[in-house]
Amino acid sequence: MAQAVVSTHGHAGEAGPPAGMERPDFQIVPRAGLPIVAVVMVILVAVIAINETWSLTFMHVAAGAAWTIIDLFLGFVLGPIMGSLSIPARVEFTTKLMPKMVLIMPTVVTVTLAAGWQLSTHLGTNLTSFDLHGWVVASFIVVGVMAVIALGLLEPANIAVLTELKKPQPNPEVIERLMKRFIYAAGATGLMQVATLIIMTKLAAG
Amino acid sequence: MNERRLPPVTALGMLSLSLIVAAVIYMSAHLPEHVPLGPAVALLAVSALVLAGTVLALAKTEGFAWQRFIEVGRWALLAYAFIAGMIEYVFLRNNTSGATLVVLTCCLLVFALTVPVLIAFTVARYD
Repeated sequence: MAQAVVSTHGHAGEAGPPAGMERPDFQIVPRAGLPIVAVVMVILVAVIAINETWSLTFMHVAAGAAWTIIDLFLGFVLGPIMGSLSIPARVEFTTKLMPKMVLIMPTVVTVTLAAGWQLSTHLGTNLTSFDLHGWVVASFIVVGVMAVIALGLLEPANIAVLTELKKPQPNPEVIERLMKRFIYAAGATGLMQVATLIIMTKLAAG
Repeated sequence: MNERRLPPVTALGMLSLSLIVAAVIYMSAHLPEHVPLGPAVALLAVSALVLAGTVLALAKTEGFAWQRFIEVGRWALLAYAFIAGMIEYVFLRNNTSGATLVVLTCCLLVFALTVPVLIAFTVARYD
């Protein structure tokens, strides 16, 4: 995403932001989105407490679908498009998209996992006696690998890029390094989502 | 790019996170039935040790941007403590109790500490 920013504009320690790099004002964590996250979490707590099949299925499928689609779309569609944008456009797009991802991704992941576990317990699909228990455990492993990549590499890179872009003199080399990490991590989780789709459709088909 | 010599916090943090996620997967694969806790406790202990070692190694680093680390880390800690709390709530809702609950809670505690350390370090190392 930010490679061209680096390759065409100066190095660490140079005075001032890179030429042509306008940095729109933005919040790293968009405060306007926090009430929405709070409402979703309250609904999640209520749905788990009520423990009813349809509402649990809705929360798990809606959030899980959002998670899968965002990962695939970001990794394989938006990424290449962003690579072809002009440098100011890339910076502007990054400062508008990535703060939203800081709120959206942890929320959809938490809802998917919490509602999914409750649904699994409700339906008995997490019991070792369940015919497809091996597939259920496989889904845990896939989610676990994605979690390690997303939480250990992708999320820190996301926050660090935004923090760097907030500085009066962002360091293009730092942004390049972090964006490379972000793009590779997003691609890896996108690929893992294909495995999630295979497992979940197998579990739904029985 | 001028870089200070820093301990391999990201690699060690990823190792700690992998171990703790493995512990939670192991327990989830058994719940709601009886969980043999030995492997989970071993994974938890090694994960916690790796995390503690990472933070200690970082604490010995001179010139590290601790102010930025704490500034970012405390908000990340708040967010991930909340996420860990939601996961804990689901297990409590399904009557997880006793030693299993203790181990699970400790796993979630290590998880809620590891991710903020990784985020805060990634930001502070470039400050």
